[in-house]
Amino acid sequence: MDLAPSKPFRLTVFGAWLAILFLTLPFVVVFPVSLTPQRYLSLPDGEFSLRHYQTLLQDPSWMLSIRDSLIVATGSTIVAIVLGTMTALACWRISSRASELVRMAMLAPMIVPSIVHALGFYQIWAQLGLLDTYTGLILAHAMKGTPYVVISVSAALANVDLRLEQAARNLGATALQALWKVIIPAARPGMAAGSVFAFALSWDELVVTLFLSSRGVYTLPRKIWDGIQDNINPAIAAVASLLIVLTVVAMVVRLLLARRQARLAAD
Amino acid sequence: MTADMDARTRRVYLVLLLAPLLLLAFLYLYPLSRVLWLSVTVPTLGFGNFERLFTSSGIQNVIWTTLRICVLTTALALLIGYAIAYAALHLRGWRGELLLFFVLLSFWLSVLIRAFAWLTLLQSRGVINTWLMSAGIIDAPLTLIRNEFGVVLGMVHYMIPYAALPLYANMKGIDTRLVPAARGLGASPVQAFLKVYLPMSLPGLISAGILTFIFSLGFYVTPALLGGGKTIMISEYIAVQINETLNWGLGSMLATSLLLAIFALLAVLSFFVDLRKVFGVK
Repeated sequence: MDLAPSKPFRLTVFGAWLAILFLTLPFVVVFPVSLTPQRYLSLPDGEFSLRHYQTLLQDPSWMLSIRDSLIVATGSTIVAIVLGTMTALACWRISSRASELVRMAMLAPMIVPSIVHALGFYQIWAQLGLLDTYTGLILAHAMKGTPYVVISVSAALANVDLRLEQAARNLGATALQALWKVIIPAARPGMAAGSVFAFALSWDELVVTLFLSSRGVYTLPRKIWDGIQDNINPAIAAVASLLIVLTVVAMVVRLLLARRQARLAAD
Repeated sequence: MTADMDARTRRVYLVLLLAPLLLLAFLYLYPLSRVLWLSVTVPTLGFGNFERLFTSSGIQNVIWTTLRICVLTTALALLIGYAIAYAALHLRGWRGELLLFFVLLSFWLSVLIRAFAWLTLLQSRGVINTWLMSAGIIDAPLTLIRNEFGVVLGMVHYMIPYAALPLYANMKGIDTRLVPAARGLGASPVQAFLKVYLPMSLPGLISAGILTFIFSLGFYVTPALLGGGKTIMISEYIAVQINETLNWGLGSMLATSLLLAIFALLAVLSFFVDLRKVFGVK
């Protein structure tokens, strides 16, 4: 039975759009602020200026922080992909109570608040001499990213028939060959999705970074954080605008790709 | 272990299982256990640090502030997230998709950028105050940050996608034919919602609520920036203990308490739903 939209439903929809306005308003405001000709955060008063974008290009510390963020995010994504895929594959093949426990243990970094593991990392990294090094930050970020890879690869493998591996073995493949040629390809969409998560997580990570790095490794979130603490300078609004544009573009590309894939699958 | 696995295959997959586990144990679980250990050994062996949970009014203040903000944040995020999820699911065509797109967009946007955006809007020389003053509505800037209002606003903004997306997934599984059935039997739209739809979405509401609450409890960036050192939640308080007063005993005790509280909440959650489903591994 199809009933005409009721008044309460229309009210709910109105509320939902209002909520979307609330969600997006702060991001919209950042753009005009980034174009202010003033030295302090303000809305441009009829006059626009690109000086704060110029600052980003001319002040090497911004570019260096972007470089450090890229290094750390790329490194930790690679480590997370390897660890997460190994775990998900093993748990898929050896499904037992023990492997289920391992999978739950791998998820711990998702649930434990950043500040709690930041303290732990700080203690141990100090002993290992990993404070303020790329290795130290990459490993810590990788620990946080791994659960997301475990989850997305597990989801990709959920629809893969276990007998596929056995069929490959019966046809003469070794265990490693079956893994490499049959199972890993099936896990690949999950690995791709997981790497997006792990990269985004590391790119945006702040709390652990605050504890583990100082001047040697200086990521973009750290630079923005320090910038906000000192005095809020409109160069941050310029960086924020660029990051927002980047996120929107990435989202739209992802959406279009998903659409295309769905259309290809339907054909 | 599956019976039909030969010794060689078993070895390959055992390595795949144990290698990451060993790394996790050494690089994650061991550091975490050090925090628990410090909480009962620094400065002296025993539960002296934990006693302060009950004796120090400063700490109790922080805990109450944290709980108050988390309850308020969770309630608001659930309410708003529910409306968004419901509308996105029941609007026909592109409108529903567009709603969902904006939620996902906000989900992917950096936490630091969000907090910064709110600072631009809310600070005393910020966009809202400037606009209100130039319009002659107020004479002096309103205090919109460095208080609980600012923190809750920023946190609700962050948590809405975390409430809306699981609620949407949950509502998708609800058999909506029961609602028109109730309407056909004479229930008003509100009655049909309250008596039929809401109870069916209750498990989703509970699990989204507990998850939002757990995320809020340990939140650092947004409260630290929008609270401006005035409204302090537990994460920031822990960071201050470590960075400024070098009080590892107290800091690790609070970290341990936070962790225990979260595991207790997860245990409660596991009564309502399969945790593996909540975290998407099943």
